[in-house]
Amino acid sequence: MEPRSKSFYILGAFFTLFVLFLYAPTITIAILSFQGEGGGLTFPMRGVSTYWFRDLFEQQAVGDIWGSFRRSIGLGLMVMITTVVVSVMGGLAFRKRFAGSTVLFYLIITSLVIPSILVSLGVGLLFSQSGLDVHWSTSGFGAQLTWTLPFGLLIMFAVFNRFDKSYEEAARDLGASPWQTLRHVVLPIIAPSLIGVALFGFTLSYDEFARTLMVAGSYNTLPLEIYGMTTNVTSPVLYALGTLTTAFSLAIIALFLAIAVLSNRRKARAGSDAGKGMI
Amino acid sequence: MPKLRENKTLSGWLMVSPLAFVLLIFLVLPIVVICIVSFWRATEFSIIPDFSWENYEFLFGSNVTYRVFYNTFKYAFITWAFTLTIGFTVAYFLAFHVRTLTWQVALFLLCTIPFWTSNIIRMISWIPFLGRNGIANSTLISWGVIDEPVEWLLFSDFAVILAFVHLYTLFMVVPIFNTMMRIDKSLVEAARDAGASGAQILWNVIIPLTKPGIMIGTIFVVTLVMGDFVTVRLMSGSQSANVGRLISNDIALLQYPSASATAVVLLVTVLIVIGMMLRFVDIRKEL
Repeated sequence: MEPRSKSFYILGAFFTLFVLFLYAPTITIAILSFQGEGGGLTFPMRGVSTYWFRDLFEQQAVGDIWGSFRRSIGLGLMVMITTVVVSVMGGLAFRKRFAGSTVLFYLIITSLVIPSILVSLGVGLLFSQSGLDVHWSTSGFGAQLTWTLPFGLLIMFAVFNRFDKSYEEAARDLGASPWQTLRHVVLPIIAPSLIGVALFGFTLSYDEFARTLMVAGSYNTLPLEIYGMTTNVTSPVLYALGTLTTAFSLAIIALFLAIAVLSNRRKARAGSDAGKGMI
Repeated sequence: MPKLRENKTLSGWLMVSPLAFVLLIFLVLPIVVICIVSFWRATEFSIIPDFSWENYEFLFGSNVTYRVFYNTFKYAFITWAFTLTIGFTVAYFLAFHVRTLTWQVALFLLCTIPFWTSNIIRMISWIPFLGRNGIANSTLISWGVIDEPVEWLLFSDFAVILAFVHLYTLFMVVPIFNTMMRIDKSLVEAARDAGASGAQILWNVIIPLTKPGIMIGTIFVVTLVMGDFVTVRLMSGSQSANVGRLISNDIALLQYPSASATAVVLLVTVLIVIGMMLRFVDIRKEL
């Protein structure tokens, strides 16, 4: 191997600084959330304690943090499942280049790039003008899908663009029905990417607030609760909540990555399934 | 074979029907409603169906509008310049200087993980850095660079752009890295064999081949910044305004018709900007 060039070290240093820039603020508030009882929003630390975390569990005056947390998880799961199912169906359909698919494609792009406040305002107006009540599980759910579906679909498009059609042809030649081909050939091959789609679906929903802001109704999701807190809470309890929800997000990401790694390993170990086919 | 084609269209639409349904109800109809309401009138308590250009006349007749639009473009442009420079450098390092795929994937993941955590928390986490008694100020004072805390670090345009760059650089890194990974390495070798210097290779080979990724990243960053209303509010301490904030202020005052008119103008502006960018890249080909 040729030796590392000078530019490698310069770029490497730049990359390290970039990663530091990404993570340092979050690590800082993680440290500050263990601020002592009399401490404020900045350094120095006045002792080390878990006071603000306990405060978070006791204090109910600010709002319903735990209720909003439960709602966020519920909504995240709803959005995740819907995103996976709809994206797979959409991805499969788009392989056929049916009439009108171009219009739909540009609609997906629009859904991605439209300023979030338009979704919030528009869905809110639509519901109020048609006499429906906004609620996180109806209007909030739909508004979040306009954000997660484009990501899911773009991943599926990328997956199917690289999909080797000869596997399906082989299955068809061996007499598999379209459904059998899908169930036993296509889905197992794209399964790892579905883990990615699910991760996007859940985390984007769990952290989303711009599109949900006006359409969640009277029961807030967690990001909305935090957004509300930023205006009237000026104690490290905000950091404690931030640390907890970031830790939760990281745990979710780790879980999905672990599933991805494990399923890859299982696939590698199982190797060929020749001879185990259905009879 | 007209029958087969028909079937294809039918089965295609059947499979995308859930998608089409969601986009119709939560994207197309809301835009239509916004367009309609933008012609309505508002009293202090309610909105009244009407067809008047009043909202648009007021919008285009007000100096605030132009200032706020100018601000929006300013944020978008500065953020774009920074995210592009940083994002390109990071992607270039990952794609061309990191040698094994395992390390590339690991370092790439390291860059993407913050994307899956909460944006608000990531904004809030700048407070201990930028505040009056924050880390930046105390460091600068201890180094003797400044005598008194600098006031413009937090709650300023500086903080807004810093937060934008912090949140959105990833949207540049991912598409640019993706395009770079598809560049045939033998092209770079050929350029080197032909006597090109590192800078020449970068400028004449890599950058032209990376253009689609750069365009996609640009679309992401520009639209996210132009449509934002929370970052500007939070990081400027309500001292600066962009179009998104103009809309959200109107919403807070229940002035839905004028909020809608502003929203329509914002949407048209964003679509024009994207339309111009799409001339340079075929997204469907790049996936």
